[in-house]
Amino acid sequence: MAIARGVQLSAQFRKQYPGFSLEAVFQVGSGITILFGPSGAGKTTILDCIAGLATPDSGVIQVGGSALFDGSRAINLPPQQRRVGYVFQDLALFPHLTVEENVRYGLAGLPPEFRNLRSQGILERFRIPHLCDRRPGAISGGERQRVALARALVTDPCVLLLDEPLAAIDGATKSKIVEDLRAWNQSHRIPILYVTHSRDEVFALGERVLVIENGRVAAEGTPHDVMSAPRQETVAQLAGFENILAATVVAAHEDRGTMTCRIDGSSVELETPLVRADAGTRLKVGIRAGDILLSSVQPVGLSARNLIPGKVVSLIVRDVIVEITVDCGVEMVAHLTLAARHSLQLLPGSTVWLVIKTHSCRLMAQ
Amino acid sequence: MNWQAFWLTIRLAVLVAAILVVIGMPVAYWLTYSRWRSKFLVEAMVALPIVLPPTVLGFYVLMALGPHSPLGRWWQGVTGHTLAFTFTGLVIGSILYSLPFAVQPFTTSFSAVDRRLLAASATLGASSWRTFLRVILPQSVPGVIAGIALSFAHTMGEFGVVLMVGGNIPGVTRTVSIDIYDQVEALNYRAANQTALVLLGIAFAVLCAVYGLNRKAWVVGPWR
Repeated sequence: MAIARGVQLSAQFRKQYPGFSLEAVFQVGSGITILFGPSGAGKTTILDCIAGLATPDSGVIQVGGSALFDGSRAINLPPQQRRVGYVFQDLALFPHLTVEENVRYGLAGLPPEFRNLRSQGILERFRIPHLCDRRPGAISGGERQRVALARALVTDPCVLLLDEPLAAIDGATKSKIVEDLRAWNQSHRIPILYVTHSRDEVFALGERVLVIENGRVAAEGTPHDVMSAPRQETVAQLAGFENILAATVVAAHEDRGTMTCRIDGSSVELETPLVRADAGTRLKVGIRAGDILLSSVQPVGLSARNLIPGKVVSLIVRDVIVEITVDCGVEMVAHLTLAARHSLQLLPGSTVWLVIKTHSCRLMAQ
Repeated sequence: MNWQAFWLTIRLAVLVAAILVVIGMPVAYWLTYSRWRSKFLVEAMVALPIVLPPTVLGFYVLMALGPHSPLGRWWQGVTGHTLAFTFTGLVIGSILYSLPFAVQPFTTSFSAVDRRLLAASATLGASSWRTFLRVILPQSVPGVIAGIALSFAHTMGEFGVVLMVGGNIPGVTRTVSIDIYDQVEALNYRAANQTALVLLGIAFAVLCAVYGLNRKAWVVGPWR
């Protein structure tokens, strides 16, 4: 069988469920592409359709020009013939087989010497040869991830699908695994689809991002394109904007590169970055809770342009973060650490000033 | 203790349990993975012997094996004698009678295997047959053992079907449960008690093995 290198994966298919329709249209080249979106958006179904575990109603899925699925030509290769590597969310390692037996599982068709060579090679590549004889239940989470990757890659697939494989492990372990995966792909150059709903992973991994919403590709581009200047409000919500406020442009200051916007239903005015919009234009302002500073006295001598007084409505401790809701004519949510809350001695009813940098305000069409 | 009847019964139970592995596994596999909407019909049919009086089952098996049915006629044409009142007839009746005791534990354990493991196996290129041998079967060992043990024990103790299909021919169709009945009829309570105790012991031992194994799911396995 010819081994495809630097191949393209192109997908254009529909699948209808009761109350949900998936319509995937995208093309990806070799390297990591992130599928980003909330749970229930259809990311896993897209992977299942590519792997042949779910069947689209219509459309075409091609890898390197040959069809895995083509509704109009009645082509629907079974998963066994697709050469698609798939690392499941729960990894799905065979619990009754050792690490080595797991890795060799996909090499059944090869002669034994060759099987040994291949499995030893991939075990070394992913730094797990010492785990050979252990069962998946007896190794750590990070090691299991490595085994799952090795098991999928040892078969030399044309496409690799990763369904939130690294969601449950810590950042340092994760980035080492990703480095090893990238190193592997330097020599193989296959398309890797990486599903996640974590914003941090998008920036850490992606050369390219497809934002999936409601069964559709809502946006695509580099992480910076897609995440930093959201044009659609739903994308912004995904990207972690806790505050999304309706506002009206009061005045544009082209000389300073800023605008003044009044938040609807209040007298609060915000200085925001300049966009092409006339006075009176209605738009939305997105502000991340983590981008808002709090002060218990009126601050002076700051570069930040927005100083908004308000009263604390509620404080909710979430893990090590305190989520604080402040009423400044409109309610805004800010995050601070437990220590910060302690030193500011904040209680419901306390007066605070919100400090927001101009460029922490993201504008979106309404 | 009637040793002739005892060994006959053991022979019958072992044979039936072995045949039920071969028949029961495909049935259980189909029941687990078929998406056919009316598969409950098959489920109900398989479960019938649990609720049906053994005499009813035995009666129909006798009719089916007798010289007036197509099967009975065909068998007589091939072998020269009827199926009814033979050891073979007894085996056929017992297979039907114990079918649910094999199929149900098999089905339960097959359906407990994580579907994602099967999906993983498929994406790694394994055929359905290889997936069955390498993933489903090893994960179902306790259920398979339970099915074998239960069908063995259930066949050991059957009475109604044997009486209807096999009659009471020493060395051919006289099983222990029939023997106990004979002893009681002859007011030979001592002998009846001896045999009954042996059956009770075997049944208890088998059930202990089944429940003991199911609690520690990985005690026995085909792997290292």
